[in-house]
Amino acid sequence: MPLPTKDILGILADNLNKRKSVLPISTAGATRWAKGLELPKGGKTILYTGHLYQLIPVIDAMAGQMSRLEDSPLTKYFGLGRNVNKLINMTFFMGMMASKNTRKDYDHMLRNIALLLKKANVEFGYLYGEELYSGALVYDEGLDGAFAKHAQRVCDLFKKHGVEKVITVDPHTTHTLRSVFPEYVKGFDLDVKSYLEVLADSGIKPTTLISDELALHDSCVYARHENVVEQPRELLNRAGVKIKNPTLCGKNTHCCGGPLESLFPSESHRIANNRAKQLKEAGDNIATMCPICLVSLRKAANGSAQVSDLSDTLARAYGV
Amino acid sequence: MNRVSSKMALAVKCSDTFNADACMHCGVCTAVCPMGYEILPRKLFRYVQIGLEDKVKENISSIYSCLLCGMCAENCPAEVNIADNVRFLRKYINENEFNLS
Repeated sequence: MPLPTKDILGILADNLNKRKSVLPISTAGATRWAKGLELPKGGKTILYTGHLYQLIPVIDAMAGQMSRLEDSPLTKYFGLGRNVNKLINMTFFMGMMASKNTRKDYDHMLRNIALLLKKANVEFGYLYGEELYSGALVYDEGLDGAFAKHAQRVCDLFKKHGVEKVITVDPHTTHTLRSVFPEYVKGFDLDVKSYLEVLADSGIKPTTLISDELALHDSCVYARHENVVEQPRELLNRAGVKIKNPTLCGKNTHCCGGPLESLFPSESHRIANNRAKQLKEAGDNIATMCPICLVSLRKAANGSAQVSDLSDTLARAYGV
Repeated sequence: MNRVSSKMALAVKCSDTFNADACMHCGVCTAVCPMGYEILPRKLFRYVQIGLEDKVKENISSIYSCLLCGMCAENCPAEVNIADNVRFLRKYINENEFNLS
């Protein structure tokens, strides 16, 4: 029996309505990455993580469980699980299964991004425990009622802190805030830019020339919806990195399969395997610019190629 | 026998989101789809346009397993916003079949 679409969507919507995130994590888990960076709280320009990097270790731990449930008779108990989740935050316990090393790894990517922005002399603050998930998954699944309420909540938060510019770290949060929010929240006109756009515009100079070959995986959302294609290439070119584009790249990039992980794990893995194969034909040192692409392709490559977040290479090249 | 659902036909008519009028049924979307679905999107959209709700419901699994990656829309000669149409269908099913919003 496939995983029950209705019950899983119900859990996502309940969590967003009740706990302000599809997969609520602790404040400590969401903000740990910023420890010691001394970022000011709030400000006109903020770095907005949208919790996606922090959620990946949780999603990764949950995905293993969900894969085992797919085609199992236990799927019939998801309805019961939804009712229990209304009272007790089940995803919080799932989060406890996330590996400490994986959490450290993803926190490190966020630290690198913040340090790159500092290096580029960008002044920004952070909302710490007040920051909220963007609502991207709920929007994609067509749960518009829950999404609209949440979008208003995020906008109210920006208003409360007098935010004018938002720097995002992943394609899904960038797209949701920049292109979707204006359709759902009247008068929403904040300046939203991905850190890759901000860095490319900043004129940041590399401190180390890196002659590595890098097979670059474009994110569907960045490339096709947000026109973020040239900026990462420009940053890599400046540092001497030899970019190896797979056959399907830029606006014609191929999906990593990640969006299906919660409802159709085996289909998600099939697509990820196809994409990993294409990328390995371009090179065995692969970089992604989305944490969902990263976790999907790492699993698919299963050690046969090195898959890392683009921020790792940028941090080395730009001396952070 | 398949019957036309006036409810779905009306929802499509009133929607700002769903629009497949320009679709020429050329099949480029199907050819470039990473999932390799034959049903998505052109056949499915035809069912929606003529209000065959039962046929749409037979394909719930395909509707939710669309990656929304946008490869189809990027290559659509008629510039149909295919991912938005799929999202509309999810919203319709969530509200009318799953009682979710």
